[in-house]
Amino acid sequence: MVIFMAKVMGLTGNEAIAYAVKQCNVDVVAAYPITPQTVMVEVISEYIYNGEMDAEFICVESEHSAMSACIGASLAGARVFTGTASQGLALMHEMLYIASGLRCPIVMGVANRALSAPLNIHGDHSDMMGSRDCGWIQIYAENVQEAYDWTIQAFKIAEDPRVLLPVSVNIDGFILSHCVENVFVLEDDVVARFLPPRKPLITIDPTNPITVGAMCLPDYYFEVKFQQFQTLNESLKVIREVTKEYESLSGRKYDVLEAYAMEDAEAAILCIGSTAGTAKEVAKGLRREGKKVGVVKLWVYRPFPQEDLIKALGDVKALAVLDRAFSFGAPFNALCSDVISTLYKYRKDIRVFNCVYGLGGRDITPMEIRGIFEETLEIADTGRLKEYVRFIGVRE
Amino acid sequence: MRRLSGLSETGRKMGWKELPIGGYLLEPGSSMKYKTGDWRAFRPIIDQKKCVNCLLCWIYCPDGAIIRLEKNVDVNYDYCKGCGICANECPVKCISMVEEKW
Amino acid sequence: MVKLHELSTEELFTSGHRLCAGCAAGTIMRMTMKALRRPTIVVNATGCVEVSSTPYPYTSWKVSYVHVAFENTAAVAAGIEAAYKVLKRKGLYDKDVDIIAIAGDGGTFDIGLQALSGALERMHDFLFICYDNEAYMNTGIQRSGATPHGAATTTSPAGRKIPGKPEFKKDLIGICVAHGIEYAATASPAYWNDYITKVMKGLEVNGPAVIHVFSPCPTGMRFDPSKSIEVARLAVQTRYWPVYEYEGGTYRLNIKVPQPKPLIDFLKMQGRFAHLFQPSFQRELEALQKWVEENWRRITILCGEKT
Repeated sequence: MVIFMAKVMGLTGNEAIAYAVKQCNVDVVAAYPITPQTVMVEVISEYIYNGEMDAEFICVESEHSAMSACIGASLAGARVFTGTASQGLALMHEMLYIASGLRCPIVMGVANRALSAPLNIHGDHSDMMGSRDCGWIQIYAENVQEAYDWTIQAFKIAEDPRVLLPVSVNIDGFILSHCVENVFVLEDDVVARFLPPRKPLITIDPTNPITVGAMCLPDYYFEVKFQQFQTLNESLKVIREVTKEYESLSGRKYDVLEAYAMEDAEAAILCIGSTAGTAKEVAKGLRREGKKVGVVKLWVYRPFPQEDLIKALGDVKALAVLDRAFSFGAPFNALCSDVISTLYKYRKDIRVFNCVYGLGGRDITPMEIRGIFEETLEIADTGRLKEYVRFIGVRE
Repeated sequence: MRRLSGLSETGRKMGWKELPIGGYLLEPGSSMKYKTGDWRAFRPIIDQKKCVNCLLCWIYCPDGAIIRLEKNVDVNYDYCKGCGICANECPVKCISMVEEKW
Repeated sequence: MVKLHELSTEELFTSGHRLCAGCAAGTIMRMTMKALRRPTIVVNATGCVEVSSTPYPYTSWKVSYVHVAFENTAAVAAGIEAAYKVLKRKGLYDKDVDIIAIAGDGGTFDIGLQALSGALERMHDFLFICYDNEAYMNTGIQRSGATPHGAATTTSPAGRKIPGKPEFKKDLIGICVAHGIEYAATASPAYWNDYITKVMKGLEVNGPAVIHVFSPCPTGMRFDPSKSIEVARLAVQTRYWPVYEYEGGTYRLNIKVPQPKPLIDFLKMQGRFAHLFQPSFQRELEALQKWVEENWRRITILCGEKT
């Protein structure tokens, strides 16, 4: 049995990510404040201004410039971090595609918040879901511990020469970003050994000039994008390697998804983010009553872990996929769409229905989750779906 | 790391497996492989007897198509687009624009 | 001041680019590359120069070159500058580099203004060059904040009711100086010595420097390609394009024009002003002339010259 010496700190999601960024010896942070990410960048500023962290903090004048400056700094060979949320993420939308297209290993902490209109500062996933096709690796944390751990792993994944793609670490706005939880933090030297200074393959070092960002006409664009497409899909392998190495340092096991009580489950809920924690608690209770339920929590949302999902679902008969964002005008919302597409590819016949919940920071309660489980169990029994998409707690 | 442009030695366009990462161009100045000389409708002819080597045509040429020699200049017809700035700016008017014959 | 014969023959902006025949921007890029003092990174906005000089797999640049997007040249330059600052501090990089951000009038006056303002306010050490062809030329000659009053563009055409652009040109140097920077200047490619010297000066400044250079466009301004430099010279000689600099609190008029040529000579050379010579649009022509005169007066007063 290995005992891991660890320090416990009480940290909010924002503080945990900032602490991880400090330990990762980041070189450049270019960020613009937006609720609920503000504390993330404020704490980083404090570290820098107090001399605890040697980095350049560029107080840019907008999120669009934040990602632009990050791209420039990353191309120059620096280790780069930024953070944003909601409208800020939407504002830098065009730059997200460019960051991944130019293969910049930037790590971004996103404190997921609802998109306007109407204006709402609370947590849901519409911001990152709105940019899910941008070519970034997208990871969702269930709690503050995961936020801390994934931020450190994110740099290692991003900077791996087989990947060289940017990574976003998503935490639920206010629910995780502002709530204090116990966090086991690694020692500085352990992180430093896990994550040595960045060794870029190619930079814009002017003593060895290159041209970055050329205009590709129809005869080349497809090939460059295909290269990116392949790389994103193959990054799952690197993610697994990094999580394995991280486990040996921290004792905490990560993967592309977590399957909770799924071995003999007949009905399950699939979700991402903090709701997974509540779902697991409710599932535990139902298990004690003899109900065969389980929870699948995706850590990695992009690239979508198709094979791992199919394996995790096993022989489940009914599945409720929880989406914390609308995909307006689509038959199913983002997460559910991806799940159903995967089932179609692998010819798995599972009754799936989509639950939209928690928009604009509205809480989802254990009672409501229990209700979803019971519905799923009923569907597993009867084989009959009543509705394909349900909306949890919407007043008529 | 081998410096590649998007073309192989035979001039075939590369596939996604061979292209450098991220659409980066690793060969500086590779545009020299693209000869813009065939854009011309008029070609500049320098009367070398009159040229005083003031170098104004050289500095004003948008395409770097004026070559500096020992005591005079000449035109690099591989790239000259025939814009006529050199002829227009020459202080001794020793450059004439003659219709190109293709 | 530099001597033409002493300038390097090495072309760091090589032939083979796809700029229009007679494009002054090509001349400006070549001149800029002659003024470098050490390894340089060029950051470029989307625009005529960018698409013409880097059509995959060809590139005309023999210096390190980065293009990211249209409106963020100054922000990208800021990121690069900060990166090298901290990498040097951490002992991970050991050379001194220069960063030149190059954008057209679109990427400077309009969509690029925010990023430029932010970078100037934060005092990053870089040189920003705006090559001004007075419209969004690359996308087909649409008007910009740098288009002069009365000019015909595709989004401010010389119509029967409205003859060209109703608005006037923004004062870029004024905007930049308001940020408290050390050096800002205008230039014209016809005055190669003045321009190259200014680029050298801008590079030496410890902090941000801005150069605003006139880049006549035969295609968009509608004149014969051989006339680009002539138009650039006439712009200065008619007082349309004052060539001056702001250095550490003092304005200086670099090219004095005691006997200006008539503005009409400059306007008549370009098809984009042709409609102003119709009698019904006399008022717009006079408004443009008045603007040129007032602009000249304002700048000469700033420069402490006798008006």
